[in-house]
Amino acid sequence: MSDKEGRAPESQKPLVVEKPDDTSKIGGMVSMEINERKVQVPLGTTILEACRQNDIHIPTLCHHDDLCTAGVCRVCVVEVEGMRTLQAACAYPVTNPLKIKTSTPLVRKARKHIIDLLISEHYGECYSCFRNNNCELQSLAKEYGVDHYNFGHVQKPRYEIDKSSFSVVRDLDKCVLCKRCVRTCIDLQEVGVLEAIDRGDKTRIDTFMDKPLADVICINCGQCINRCPTGALRANDPRDEIWAAIDDPNKHVVMQTAPSPRAAIAEEFGIPAGKSMTGEMNTAIRRLGFDKVFDTNFTADLTIMEEGTELIIRLFQALVEKKEGVALPQFTSCSPGWVKYLEHFYPEYIPNLSSAKSPQQMFGALIKTYYAKENNIDPKDVVSVALMPCAAKKFECNRPEMTDSGYKDVDFGLTTRELAQMIKEGGIHLPEMPQTHFDDPFGDASGAGLIFGATGGVMEAAIRTVVELVTGKKAEDLFENANVMPVRGFEGVKYAELPIPVVGPVPEILKALVPNWDWLKGATLKVAVCHGTANAKKVMDDIKAGGKFSECHFIEFMACPGGCLGGGGQPIPTTPEIRKARAKAIYTEDESLPLRKSHENEHVASIYDKFLTDGPCGHISHKLLHTHYTPRGKYID
Amino acid sequence: MLVMEKNFLQEEIEKLVETFGNSRSALIPILQEIQKKHHYISEFAQQEVARLLDIHPVEVYSVISFYAFLSSEPKGRNIVRLCQTITCDLAGKYSVAKAIERELGIAFGETTKDNRISLEYTNCVGMCDQGPAMLINDKVYTRLSPEKAVEIINEIK
Repeated sequence: MSDKEGRAPESQKPLVVEKPDDTSKIGGMVSMEINERKVQVPLGTTILEACRQNDIHIPTLCHHDDLCTAGVCRVCVVEVEGMRTLQAACAYPVTNPLKIKTSTPLVRKARKHIIDLLISEHYGECYSCFRNNNCELQSLAKEYGVDHYNFGHVQKPRYEIDKSSFSVVRDLDKCVLCKRCVRTCIDLQEVGVLEAIDRGDKTRIDTFMDKPLADVICINCGQCINRCPTGALRANDPRDEIWAAIDDPNKHVVMQTAPSPRAAIAEEFGIPAGKSMTGEMNTAIRRLGFDKVFDTNFTADLTIMEEGTELIIRLFQALVEKKEGVALPQFTSCSPGWVKYLEHFYPEYIPNLSSAKSPQQMFGALIKTYYAKENNIDPKDVVSVALMPCAAKKFECNRPEMTDSGYKDVDFGLTTRELAQMIKEGGIHLPEMPQTHFDDPFGDASGAGLIFGATGGVMEAAIRTVVELVTGKKAEDLFENANVMPVRGFEGVKYAELPIPVVGPVPEILKALVPNWDWLKGATLKVAVCHGTANAKKVMDDIKAGGKFSECHFIEFMACPGGCLGGGGQPIPTTPEIRKARAKAIYTEDESLPLRKSHENEHVASIYDKFLTDGPCGHISHKLLHTHYTPRGKYID
Repeated sequence: MLVMEKNFLQEEIEKLVETFGNSRSALIPILQEIQKKHHYISEFAQQEVARLLDIHPVEVYSVISFYAFLSSEPKGRNIVRLCQTITCDLAGKYSVAKAIERELGIAFGETTKDNRISLEYTNCVGMCDQGPAMLINDKVYTRLSPEKAVEIINEIK
């Protein structure tokens, strides 16, 4: 089931031809003629790919680089010599010499016709839509000069907007049935919330038994929002409430910012992907009226301390005390989409999940306790906003158990897109802002916290810290420039082994937990990293079957492909190239920071000194920084 | 649904999966068998089928909603489907429809209170030369008049 093209029955599979490994062999390359230009392409390349490689523009709508071929919208039709009808370029693999034409009168009329038909079913006004100016249907309409409704237009809404979910809002009236969300949810994420329901003119994309989104098994990852070409799917937007809080003089509004938005927000202001705007964003956020802006990387560093300590405790219990039933491997719990996925599909593995909260929720708990106390602010007047690249964080901050400060720990989850919107509304052009730092008492955090935004980042941050704490050596001695390359990159599942040849003295902060490190001498730490819940399913099934991942000690899971930088709250579009550029921005910023290891962050040390006085995984930290999970199961009532 | 009912249904579906296999192409035969016996495919049954075939419940629902002979809502023991396509319409479908509605006291799209009959329209059943035509379960009745239709309906158990 996890094989993308393998799901459909033979008769319904799109025609996919494997590309040869060695194109220099006979039959490896096929010659094509595109608009009378002769080109050579590898066997099995689709017409669309061939055209793009040769800089020939073909409009698309249902095609997305992350997803399998669908060929349902027909916008990409081209003329193929010898064929009676026009062919969809995205679904036509080249296997024999072809002559195609992409700009004949027939093609032009057909495409215009198709776009007219799509628009006739699309209800809504562009200027009140959040995708205005960033809508693929709108740009197609402009490209093909739609100036009136050839086939009429929907006059009244046909569906009610589904606002039941904390994270995702569905407006079926804007849906053009491209099925990108269906392919995202089933193939990319293996969750299966959406499918085409009914047939003919009644066809719509809906949930199981047309239930509201909050009642079905949705992990709130928001990947569907990032794939939707129109405004049919959007995040649940808290901007109005946040503006109201800013306008209220009695409220102290603070913002924590996650590592991924700063690497992507520039895209919303027309700058190509791959440029971080941390300092500019800080200034802009203050100028909008937020009282303080904090760095979520501080609690990312704290997460490493808590989660790392938890791992050491579990290993100690299993290896030295020989306790029965210690839940290993330990899973990370930073990604709320992944946490909900596990609660639904593998509830029996909840003990393996680290009990440490995600950085967002740790920060929320600290702001309304530690920060409020230090600054003599009544926590009930604090409005805590979390800037996240994520749709699931909106659900996470509404979990009933996330009230350990005595109040709702985080009041609102705000996505990168929504902050960019607020900045624009505030009359600010982000790139013009001067650069400023984060506010104290949490200050600037380490690069280890920063790379939480990329897949493999949590693992790398943990390795940098664990290696130094256990061996007493510098991470730079073991990895060049402290870059843990084996866990980087966009491979779906990564596996690495780290031998521990020598051990050092136990650092002060952990003395209460372990007497010495001798029991780790000569051991090999086995870790794995995976991103996208389809890959998580592979790893979980392997663990269930007792495969190699069941012998791991620590596994990082991220619900979204690419990790947080490809999250459901990030600027649209998100493609493999854009994810690579964002990752580069994050890793470059990490290397430029003076501080690159969580345990070296002095603010972290000072909070253990002043507030969480019984150390990592101690009593106070358990109350504020750890949580519990709910087995949800996969049955829908 | 009672726990006992659920258990029976579960067992039944497990047997069906044994018979037809657990590949995706076994989905329709399994659904047809459930439909035949229970006159609809309940939410629970859909999720059980999904679990056993290792697909998502929404995919099962998608298939059921696509096919007119599968239903996710409870239906009567017998389903009367009157052809609504143009030749049957010209041949006098309207008066036949009215007569059936009057006789059963329900409108098209509804089911009688005793669950005896569900009334539906269908598109062309290929009996254009012998209209008006209707299907009762799998059987075709042609050249209907209002009287004849009522007579046939009253014979259904």
